[in-house]
Amino acid sequence: MRRAELVTAIILGFLSIYIMWKSGQSSWGDGWGDSIKYAEGEGPGSGFWPFWLSAIMLMSCVWIVINWVRRKSPPSRSTEKYLDSYGVLTLLKVGGGVTAFIGLIHFIGMYGAMTVFLIYYLAFLGRHNWITTLSISLGAPVVTFFFFDVAMRIVLPKGYLEPLFIPLYDIFL
Amino acid sequence: MDVVFLLWDGVIACLEPLNLLLIVIGVSVGLFIGAMPGLGSVNGVAILLPATFLVPPTSAMIFLAAIYYGAMYGGAISSITLGIPGASTAVATTFDGRPLALSGRANQALVTAAIASFVGGTFANVLFTGFAPPLASVALSFGPPEIFALMLLAFATFVGLGGDDIPKTILSICLGLVLSAVGFDVISGEPRLIFMDITGFMHGINFLVLAIGVYGIGEMLWTINANRDEITMTGAEITVRNVLAAAKKTAGAWRGTTIGSALGFFVGILPAAGATPGSLMAYGVTKMTAKRPEEYGKGSINGVAAPEAANNSASTGAMLPMVTLGIPGSPTTAVLLGGMVIWGLQPGPRLFTDQPDFVWPLVGSFYVSNFIALVVNLAFIPLFLWMLRMPFTILAPVIFTLSVVGGYAATQDMHDVWLMLIFGIGAFLLRILDYPLAPAVLAIVLGPIAEPTLRQSLLLSSGDPMIFLNRPIAGPITVIALILIFLPAIKLILDKVRKKNQAT
Repeated sequence: MRRAELVTAIILGFLSIYIMWKSGQSSWGDGWGDSIKYAEGEGPGSGFWPFWLSAIMLMSCVWIVINWVRRKSPPSRSTEKYLDSYGVLTLLKVGGGVTAFIGLIHFIGMYGAMTVFLIYYLAFLGRHNWITTLSISLGAPVVTFFFFDVAMRIVLPKGYLEPLFIPLYDIFL
Repeated sequence: MDVVFLLWDGVIACLEPLNLLLIVIGVSVGLFIGAMPGLGSVNGVAILLPATFLVPPTSAMIFLAAIYYGAMYGGAISSITLGIPGASTAVATTFDGRPLALSGRANQALVTAAIASFVGGTFANVLFTGFAPPLASVALSFGPPEIFALMLLAFATFVGLGGDDIPKTILSICLGLVLSAVGFDVISGEPRLIFMDITGFMHGINFLVLAIGVYGIGEMLWTINANRDEITMTGAEITVRNVLAAAKKTAGAWRGTTIGSALGFFVGILPAAGATPGSLMAYGVTKMTAKRPEEYGKGSINGVAAPEAANNSASTGAMLPMVTLGIPGSPTTAVLLGGMVIWGLQPGPRLFTDQPDFVWPLVGSFYVSNFIALVVNLAFIPLFLWMLRMPFTILAPVIFTLSVVGGYAATQDMHDVWLMLIFGIGAFLLRILDYPLAPAVLAIVLGPIAEPTLRQSLLLSSGDPMIFLNRPIAGPITVIALILIFLPAIKLILDKVRKKNQAT
């Protein structure tokens, strides 16, 4: 936990510096930092607000590091592991599952990816029987289709499965 | 007496079939979300907000407010029967609710919790109805400096009263504000913060992307990681006769209910405080002022009534600054405020004068939702107990799916879904290190209001920041905000002085 606290603060510090630098950049070809300045008659430029906010973020990171050195904050004193093996496994299995879910949307669309994800989670992580697994993982896309595509007219991505939906469009849309 | 008529019209509007149906569904969903450990009102409201695009804004808002109320009732169910709070707002309910359940009086605890919630909620609704119109009319005269000063005050309460690590709180606020600044600058029209020149950043970062990331994906990961132990459930026998007998005994909890109702409302108004500290404070005060404080923690019905009255009262309190000033009093109301912007409503004091057709049905729905929540809660306790037995491995994938679908539906751009995943995993990793994330969600909603008001104010004063101090209303608000920001530092110095005095 102690090392994670320091590493996180440093990463966030670099992120702050990156945003500070990015705020000063102008998309309109002005020199670096012009957008941060106060322009007569126009008020502060577009980079003014994010620049000073990320400057405060950077100061907060320095403060967190000072607290770390002085062992003032609970995570900087904790001897517990930041993520124990169970935590890492959770992140890999569950977080990885959701990442794969979102990745699959690009190929087999929202409905296909949803079904695959639910089967993976319910059958393999949850160890539920196949009746539960299939009724939820096949029921969810049907409900979602009628709610989003049909009722709200929000067309969810279909990926390569688009042809399968054309008869459905003909009936419901 | 105008208010009474307006309110009456509002209540009538709520009783229209569509709205009434949405209230019943919303309250039931809220009760379930509140009762499920790991899910609170903010998770439900954030994940389900995209689903409300189906109905008109007023009905959508009534639905989400009903979820909010229902969740406040629902938290008590698992606090009492499982011994783990269903939502952070119901932490204090476990102190006496669990001992009551273990001694075989789960019925009593559940009924007392429901009735105290109803009394607290109704008490706060009356205060809300009385306070909101005058507050909104005062706020009508506010210019950019006043509004920015109020924003500053909202963020200052997190620093001064939030109780979390101070640099981490400040970082969270600034990160939320920076994220809200991504995309086109509204004043100059210049694109900015287009990270790595990815065009997806051009349309900005929708607050729902952060809210669903944090409260859908991040919170689920955290809950799965944190709740590893087996849980034992205490059953409750709910029959009409049991409920009536328990309701009679609830009269003995009038003291806790009164303290909770009054304290909850005022704590709820503060952006950083809200229902969780409100209910803990109400429990503490009730115990402190009790004749026999030793009874608390062993199964006192006053100890159940106080936090339950307080958390419902606080949720209405949190609505007050949201509806009248456009400044949310809690993370849940921040999400509601963001929803109002999506529906094309301009939050702020003008809402009362410009959109009475929106405001009054909403206020009316507070009363109706509260009543329906009481009825649904008492009638369906056995059903909720049955649903609580549902394994988390069924609920979790469904929530993840809803989050991804909702995140896509909000902006219909895969870029935002990926961003939501990054925020979710980031939120999980940061939360383990005690970074508070509610300030970031509040900030991304308030950012688009805070920045223009700051820049307009500075333009008014030709760059002189004293404009926030030398105007009659903005001045005192800024001073209070500054005091709150420096409160922890002042406390630290006072402690050191005191220690020195003791040493000499």
